[in-house]
Amino acid sequence: MTALQRLFKFNGGVKPAYNKEASTGLPIAVAPTPTLLVIPLHQSIGGMPRPLVTAGERVLKGQRIGGADGNVSSAVHASTSGTVVAVEMRLMPHASGLSALCVMIEPDGRDEWIPRQPFDFRSATPTQTRDYLRDAGVVGLGGAVFPTYLKLNPGKQGKLDTLVLNGAECEPFITCDDVLMRERAATILKGVVIMREILSAGQVLIGIEDNKPEAVAAMEIAARAANQAAGDSAIGVVSVPTRYPAGGAKQLIRVLTGIEVPHGKRSTDYGVQCFNVGTAYAVYEAIALGQPLISRIVTVAGNVTQARNYEVLFGTPMRDLVALCGPLADSDRVIMGGPMMGLLMPDDSVPVVKATNCVLVGSKKLFPPPPPEMPCIRCGECAKACPADLQPFEMYWFSRAKIFGKAQEYNLFDCIECGCCAYVCPSHIPLVDYYRFAKSEIWAREIEKEAADVARERYEFRLLREEREKQEKAAKLAAKTAAGREKAAAAIAEAAKPAATPEEDAKKALIAAALERAKAQKELVHPGNVSDLTPEQQAEVAAIEARRAEIREMAKPHLRQDD
Amino acid sequence: MNNSPYFLKPASVQSVMLRVLVALLPGIAAYVWFFGAAVLVQIALASVTALAAEAVMLRLRDKPVMLFLSDGSALVTAWLIALTFPPIVPWWLTVIGVLTAIVVAKHLYGGLGQNPFNPAMVGFALMIVAYPSLMSQWPAAGFTDFVPQWNAIFGSRELDAITMATPLDALRTALHTADARATVAGVLGSNATFGNVGGKGWEWVAAGYFLGGLYLLQQRIITWHMPVAFLATLFVISGGFSFYDASRFAGPGFQLFTGGAMLAAFFIVTDPVSGCTTPRGKLIFAAGIALLTWIIRTFGAYPDGIAFAVLLMNIATPLIDMYTQPPVFGHKIKGEDS
Amino acid sequence: MFEAILVMALGAVVLGAALGYAAVRFRVEGDPLVEKIDAILPQTQCGQCGFPGCKPYAQAIAKGEAEINQCPPGGDEGIHKLADLLGREFKSLSAEHGIEKPKSVAVIDEQSCIGCTLCIQACPVDAIVGAAKQMHTIVAPLCTGCELCLPPCPVDCISMQPIGESVETWKWKYPVFKINPAKREAA
Repeated sequence: MTALQRLFKFNGGVKPAYNKEASTGLPIAVAPTPTLLVIPLHQSIGGMPRPLVTAGERVLKGQRIGGADGNVSSAVHASTSGTVVAVEMRLMPHASGLSALCVMIEPDGRDEWIPRQPFDFRSATPTQTRDYLRDAGVVGLGGAVFPTYLKLNPGKQGKLDTLVLNGAECEPFITCDDVLMRERAATILKGVVIMREILSAGQVLIGIEDNKPEAVAAMEIAARAANQAAGDSAIGVVSVPTRYPAGGAKQLIRVLTGIEVPHGKRSTDYGVQCFNVGTAYAVYEAIALGQPLISRIVTVAGNVTQARNYEVLFGTPMRDLVALCGPLADSDRVIMGGPMMGLLMPDDSVPVVKATNCVLVGSKKLFPPPPPEMPCIRCGECAKACPADLQPFEMYWFSRAKIFGKAQEYNLFDCIECGCCAYVCPSHIPLVDYYRFAKSEIWAREIEKEAADVARERYEFRLLREEREKQEKAAKLAAKTAAGREKAAAAIAEAAKPAATPEEDAKKALIAAALERAKAQKELVHPGNVSDLTPEQQAEVAAIEARRAEIREMAKPHLRQDD
Repeated sequence: MNNSPYFLKPASVQSVMLRVLVALLPGIAAYVWFFGAAVLVQIALASVTALAAEAVMLRLRDKPVMLFLSDGSALVTAWLIALTFPPIVPWWLTVIGVLTAIVVAKHLYGGLGQNPFNPAMVGFALMIVAYPSLMSQWPAAGFTDFVPQWNAIFGSRELDAITMATPLDALRTALHTADARATVAGVLGSNATFGNVGGKGWEWVAAGYFLGGLYLLQQRIITWHMPVAFLATLFVISGGFSFYDASRFAGPGFQLFTGGAMLAAFFIVTDPVSGCTTPRGKLIFAAGIALLTWIIRTFGAYPDGIAFAVLLMNIATPLIDMYTQPPVFGHKIKGEDS
Repeated sequence: MFEAILVMALGAVVLGAALGYAAVRFRVEGDPLVEKIDAILPQTQCGQCGFPGCKPYAQAIAKGEAEINQCPPGGDEGIHKLADLLGREFKSLSAEHGIEKPKSVAVIDEQSCIGCTLCIQACPVDAIVGAAKQMHTIVAPLCTGCELCLPPCPVDCISMQPIGESVETWKWKYPVFKINPAKREAA
């Protein structure tokens, strides 16, 4: 079945040193449970899950501690049984070096599971299946951590031509998918069968780079068994040429099917969907065993004496993992992911999360600081290396000059940040850094713009409402005077007066009372952004406030005029 | 600490420039063999001037001098100037040419990577406009005596003995004179300048450049687009006109192997900074230069028009690039590829 | 001589006709300039510019009645954008209109709120919910940080909280230039 597959090519790509052998020598080991698990609530793309536990609570292994929030979100679970010691802000495994809400669990060593029930997806509706997978916390384990339940949707047609399984694993050093395929091919295939059924997929293509012959062989045996069981030959294992980034979802889809999925489009619209092999494994565990996603295979490699793959509970500090492998003395950093796309961790205390496919230990010797940045000579090497067929040097030019509109015209958002351009650049320009910068600036501006549009709309609506209220009041008044012409006008006035007065009095008294209370608290209450100002600035602020009060007065007649 | 990617391919601007210099060596060897060592003097002169000018400009612009000086880009400009100027021009002409290229065309526009015009061609164009006669005194092939050449560069200019019109110049002069009987075949056959294909000696220099160009292609420093588009266009247009009237228009063999055609195809047109970068843009850019070169050679006032052709196309570079953006992944029209 | 004059006159007539036709045919309706200026303004509706809202300020700029440097929330970037749009020279933020502060949202101290509804009336974007004698609260995502609710509050229970950076809102920084200009003193 391998031989008959026709392969396509994607443009660009590079062939860095792969360094994969170091971590494939030993089988997967189970990493010991740490003394304290730090489980971030936000581990997937989308909304931040709501915390479902509080400090002091006892949790079981697999118990939901974070509930999915919003349309795009995925639940988080306790990795083992124990006691929640705190729900607080902790340093995240994120390039920002910022903290976010984490659940701290002290394991009790009993590793006691919640009651596990297989999920009968065949008798469930598609929505029920997707809700189940969302609450089981299954997300893409290739590194992008996109909630899997959203991708397990065949789209408008109700069926899919091709289900692509990504076992390419093109990043240097990383071998977690490789060893998973070697050791647990049959389980992966069981997951694939489930996914194929949910998606009503015609054929399944499992793409594996040809530098992993053992994984290809293991997966071929498992695929044959699965095909025999199903009585067809829908599942094929395809060995694809080794070239970074062949494991990018879009690139692999292109290589296997010839289909190019544009940026911003759903691949299901093109009759194809792509999952990581680890995700298939997690889907099987969630559906057939009733086990939510609480651990994954992590490659520990780089500047260590014995690189190896471990099955790690989420929340395990990276430091503990690195210690298992004997880091060399000159190690100076921990990277989450591979050397091409990995993120520099702010600290080695950050926990392993669903996105952690690799903990890469670095040193100055292994990853020397880049030579000084030279000017771009427009040699076009980056454009030749770009797997998305972009013109990286043009995007660089405009990102650097902060002309973001132009950068977008050159399709900045089609960039997958694979790092090929920066890898080949003879001027050693940190091209990807410029794209990341430009992208996050553009996003921030878009959010700001949306907020401004909302504010404008609400402001205009308010003006409209005020105007309407005024007209209504005038109309009411006119009606009242017309109706009351027969009655005595004075009587009405007198009837209205006593009704209003006590209310006003009460209000005044309340305000006075509140003023007293507020005086006591006044020390605490002051605008946060005007503290720590120089005397000059304070004077300035005071002057502005005074002027603004004036303006408010001015504004009232102005608004009326506009009416 | 830097962000990903954490390791880089061992490539540098310096290694690119050095390999370009290496690629020029076969052509220079042939040059020395047929026309004497004067060109080596010019290369040395141009190199020293270029490095000095570069150093001063970098210093003035507050850039790290050693880092940029060692990138080799000034040397490439210097060598191209030395190879496009007649080897026996007086020393000060070379110096002014190089200074124009480095100071005006390169650094005043922002230095390496920022210049819209090919610096070497700016130097050449300015000098041929300012000193047309000095810029058209070329040594005769085979006259390789060093002393008179040295004297021509640094001292008295007793040149009649050693100079001779280049093939292009001779052809143009002959065809442009009122003598209606002059034909290409007549000129090429009668004049001692002309060798078998493109002029005695010159054809071998061109062959040397061709060899160097193949090395650059093999090293993937240049892509095939520009040399192929340039040479093919020159071949087709000169071939077409020569076929139409062989007595008035020189054939493609002569056009390709004479003047700076081969040097331009692989070393001048392919300057990445001032040229087009998209694959289709490169084809249009190089073809445009070839077309303009042929027009200037055939109808213009200057014997070889490469410098002007390059500069004219440099102006059009941003426009060509803008309209020839390759389709982005996934943006291609459906069914276009199979 | 006569032909030349005739040719020139004919040219003038033809070009004039073309221009006149274009002016009628491609006439732009409305005043897009105000819209464009308004799109640049941050829509804080804070009135620091001296106008009752962003739109009136935009109209004043379009009419040439106001400078482009009167909007503190828009900051230098906003002024640059206005300068680009209007082809005017950049001016730094006018000090009399305020200083650029970090983006903040108003927060009501719910312990001391007395439910007087004065802030609700002051809020230009209706971002405060509450009723008379009921505790009020601010809908943070809608708050523009205009500070107009601060002065009316009789108990000073509203404070401005700067919006901090979170993992979600964090931005990649501009790459640091690896080559620093060679310092002459050092050389």
